[in-house]
This record gives sequence, structure tokens and C-alpha cells, in this order.
Amino acid sequence: MAKPRVKIPKSAKVGDVVQIKTLITHKMETGLRKDKKTGEIIPRQIINSFAAKYNGKEVFRTKMHPAISANPYISFFMKVPGPGEFEFIWVDDTGKSWSTKKKLAVS
Amino acid sequence: MTERLQLTVIDRRDLVLGTGAVAALAAILPLSTIAMAEEKVTWKDAMKAVVGDSKPAEGKVSLDLPEIAENGNTVPFTVTVDSPMTGGDYVKSVHVYATGNPRPDVVSFFFSPQSGKAEATTRMRLAQTQDVVAVAEMSDGKFYMGKRTVKVTIGGCGG
Repeated sequence: MAKPRVKIPKSAKVGDVVQIKTLITHKMETGLRKDKKTGEIIPRQIINSFAAKYNGKEVFRTKMHPAISANPYISFFMKVPGPGEFEFIWVDDTGKSWSTKKKLAVS
Repeated sequence: MTERLQLTVIDRRDLVLGTGAVAALAAILPLSTIAMAEEKVTWKDAMKAVVGDSKPAEGKVSLDLPEIAENGNTVPFTVTVDSPMTGGDYVKSVHVYATGNPRPDVVSFFFSPQSGKAEATTRMRLAQTQDVVAVAEMSDGKFYMGKRTVKVTIGGCGG
């Protein structure tokens, strides 16, 4: 259901501050909505955390609440320490997680 | 001091009405919020969970938001904190609150010196026209805050 997408620069130099853009498809059910037919509250089901690691070291992390829109988009920055690989991890309320990796070309 | 005395009086009156729990909250919350105090958390309570007893200073934190959000379901915003982002002086975290949402917590960003820049962007849901507040925790333990008002044309909490 959820599909992560990440955009990083094609290449960067050591010391550059680069922007990373991420998006994952997810309905982000708030737990406040009611089912129109039954009148029952639809249980909360959101992605509640996102983390970005570079060469295994955490660079940036996000804790999300139901006020984050469906298909959460997050962008942030990193100062390039050298060549390496990103790992991005999303976790939802049920404990299910999605991850994707991206290599950064450093000149 | 006088304010505290007045609140004690109201506290007692509410006890007479037999709503002990509400009265206990009335002692710490402004009067206008008593009606919704039972299960709704105010943004100040939510912020207190992060800042504790310290009072965030105004400044350093800027929120970039549309002045008028036509669709409250997805309001893009960027929060930026003025900081050199070095090992000895960086922004640890930024917490965003939508003061007029049924649940004020929006998002918390956690940075590191490796972030290079204390800036992050995401999209949020806003139920109505309201203030959005961002609080930053610095590596030296100090807190700063910034605030912006957003007009919302169609609320986005899917009622």
C-alpha cells in the first residue's frame, strides 16, 4: 500500500548542505473521522515516525501526529561528510515499516 | 498573586457543582478552556510536555506558511531555526503545534550537527483558522518559539 519515494541530488561535494525530499503514500487515518454509514469512529492508523541515516548514523528523525496530511511529504537537509549511502525508514501505528536506500555520489 | 487567589475561589465553586476533575483543571487552565478541558489537550499542555517549566523566548524560529490556506487538508509549511549547526551549537529538535486543532500536536523534527541546516518542510491538516506555533530546543537546553496565523477556508479534519 505504502510506496516510498526519495529525491536526493545527483552529486555533491564534501561539505555541501544538500536537500533531501521524501514522500510516502499512506492514508494517515486520524482516528477522529466517523464512518458515515455505521457512525463508528475509524481507528487511527498513521505513519508515526520517519528516520534518515547516512552510513548507518542517524542524521534526521521525525515524529508525526494525526495532523500530518495524507501521503506525508518531508524534506530536510544534510551536510555531506563524504561518500556514502542513505537509508530512510518509515514506521506506522501497527509497527509495519518501509525502507529505501540511496547512494550519494560525492566528488 | 491576586490571580491565583481568584482561581482558587472558582475552583471551590466548581467543586460545589460536583465536577472534581474539571475543577482541578480549572486551577491551572484559563477559564475559556474549561468547557473543552475534559478530554481535549490544549497546545500549551502539549508544549509543556517538551519544555517543562522553562518559558521559550520569542525569536530564532520562523514558520513559512501560506497566509490563506484554501484546503485545510494539506497545508504546506517550512520551519527554520537560526543556528550555526556545529557540534557545539545546534538545534536538537523543533516541535510544531496547531493551536486550533482538536489535537494540537503536529510534528517533531529531530536534528543533528550533521543536518547542516535546521530547516524542514512537511504538510499538515488544519481544522480552522488558527495560530501555528513552533518551539525549538537548542543544544544548550534553551527554548525558542515562533508563531504564525493561518486563515483556513475549508477545514481539514474530515468530520
